[in-house]
Amino acid sequence: MAVKKISKVQPEKFEFNKKNKETADSIIKNYPSGKQQSAVMALLYLAQKQNDNWIPLSAMKYIAKYLDMPYIKVYEVATFYSMYNLTPVGKYFFQVCTTTPCMLRGAYNLVDVCKRKISEEESCLSEDGKTSWLEVECLGACVNAPMLQLNEDYYEDLDPTKLEQIIDKINNDEVPQPGSFRGRLSSEPENTRKTLIGNKNA
Amino acid sequence: MLEDKDRIFQNLYNDFGADLKSAKQRGDWKDTKEICGKGREWIINEIKASELRGRGGAGFPTGLKWSFAPKEVGSRPHYLVINADESEPGTCKDRDILRFEPHKLIEGCLIASYAVNAHKCYIYIRGEYFNEGQKLQTAIDEAYKDGLLGKNSAGTDWELDIYIHYGAGAYICGEETALLESIEGKKGQPRLKPPFPALIGLYGCPTIINNVETISVVPTILRRGGRWFSSLGRPKNTGSKIYCISGNVNNPCNVEEEMGIPLKELIEKHAGGVIGGWDNLKAVIPGGSSMPLLPKETCETIKMDFDACVENKTGLGTAGIVVINKDQDIIKCMARIARFYKHESCGQCTPCREGSGWMWRMLERMAKGEATRDEVDMLLDVTKQIEGHTICAFGEGSSWPVQGLIRNFKDEIIERNKFDPIVKKQKDIPYLVDQHLLEKENA
Repeated sequence: MAVKKISKVQPEKFEFNKKNKETADSIIKNYPSGKQQSAVMALLYLAQKQNDNWIPLSAMKYIAKYLDMPYIKVYEVATFYSMYNLTPVGKYFFQVCTTTPCMLRGAYNLVDVCKRKISEEESCLSEDGKTSWLEVECLGACVNAPMLQLNEDYYEDLDPTKLEQIIDKINNDEVPQPGSFRGRLSSEPENTRKTLIGNKNA
Repeated sequence: MLEDKDRIFQNLYNDFGADLKSAKQRGDWKDTKEICGKGREWIINEIKASELRGRGGAGFPTGLKWSFAPKEVGSRPHYLVINADESEPGTCKDRDILRFEPHKLIEGCLIASYAVNAHKCYIYIRGEYFNEGQKLQTAIDEAYKDGLLGKNSAGTDWELDIYIHYGAGAYICGEETALLESIEGKKGQPRLKPPFPALIGLYGCPTIINNVETISVVPTILRRGGRWFSSLGRPKNTGSKIYCISGNVNNPCNVEEEMGIPLKELIEKHAGGVIGGWDNLKAVIPGGSSMPLLPKETCETIKMDFDACVENKTGLGTAGIVVINKDQDIIKCMARIARFYKHESCGQCTPCREGSGWMWRMLERMAKGEATRDEVDMLLDVTKQIEGHTICAFGEGSSWPVQGLIRNFKDEIIERNKFDPIVKKQKDIPYLVDQHLLEKENA
């Protein structure tokens, strides 16, 4: 199970780049004046994207100042939600869903592949430092199980062989097309579609 | 079976594309001005007449919920919040609405906002649905450009702005008050109720919170009439619903069907049957992981709607049907669900924070056959101590699946776990007292 740990190695300083500053300011405008604290989740996410997919403590302090709120409140939020990485993860970050609906369709076989091809332990970087993997809870694509999330994209209807091919491609810095790996376009039933027949291939 | 023309989500399988032009061809945004022109009373009464119940799991009547919003806007503005934090294992219906039918949702937001006097609407999407959120944002931008949102939304003279707020991977934020906390930029820990969000919600202002599917069916109901919607299904369980069928079936799928469709028909007809045939069926979780499972005998006859599920000691929940066949180890499946709840407990109430871990560890041992016979009753007792002793419904959600397992498969657990109790019970004293101190040998 994922355990939240703060990285021992921390960069000294963090600051939004110009583009993220603009995005941050426009996000703050989405909320009523004086309620800028609402933007903390979005800003943490921006910081994570800017800083190679993880959030250093200096970024939390920076965001606290940016939103005029106590540092501990930002720290609370960053440690509460599971999508904020507080230690470095791979540039290609595999999150394998293993909750029951995926498990029934063989998600643990995917975990075995990750153990073999990426790293023995979860949340550890691979030998070349480019990839890491993590077991996560339901990602909400149960009909397309088993599936995993690679950075922001869903890879669905997998099996161990297909995952091996994905990892091989990733190791060559090629990102495969996300989506179903059994040729499904959405969550329709394969072969036996009984509904909305008239719309098919419209 | 529902006829194709009566299906609300015509683009559920993305046959047409999700853009505004094709959405309009499917009938979205038609007569929105006229619908709003009939007034708030009419909209709320029509929704009440349709007997629409919330699709997020609890099944609360939507029209009633809307009528709780104060009739006049006082010093505090009203808010509409859409719950798209879909994280219940087995459920993936809102994802398809967000990516394939976003305009149904946006139009529903406009009508609902008008009905509850809200000028701002927040859509809370789970952080993992980043791509789905982007698709919804594209649709919102399209709607702004077409004058369907903004100062004079769709010619209704109503000002509405819609914003997307991304979550960051917390199941508990699907609970409505935790969701509000999360939008306010705090940890997602549920609030005590009352006060209910309809009076004191987001930023302390009156707030109506609805599920994505609930809001998305509203425009169609108002166009075709509440009577039409209530003619589907049976009284109090009306309309159509997207069922998600996953697990050990040949063709897992999402399908929109009439309320009260037999479970067997859903599995056999739409999902291509159980892997290994119907006789290979072990159990079915009917409404997302927090609802107690059903044994095979009940699956033969049960109809999928709110009240029929309650009669069978389970619940329709989100209609995320997880099929488990005999090739699987049922105790292990439930142990994995218990692990999910242990991971997702927000940690605010002690019974849930500690109890969810206890349940997980006991079930893991039971799956391996390392537990003693008396621990089955002890586990049931733990679930009873969580249920009803927490701020939010997470306590029920985590203990019901375990109770369902014990209710239906107690014999199987006991058969696997034959160890004698470590401490033999001599006196009728509850186990909470340290029994080993009562025995001379162990003292």
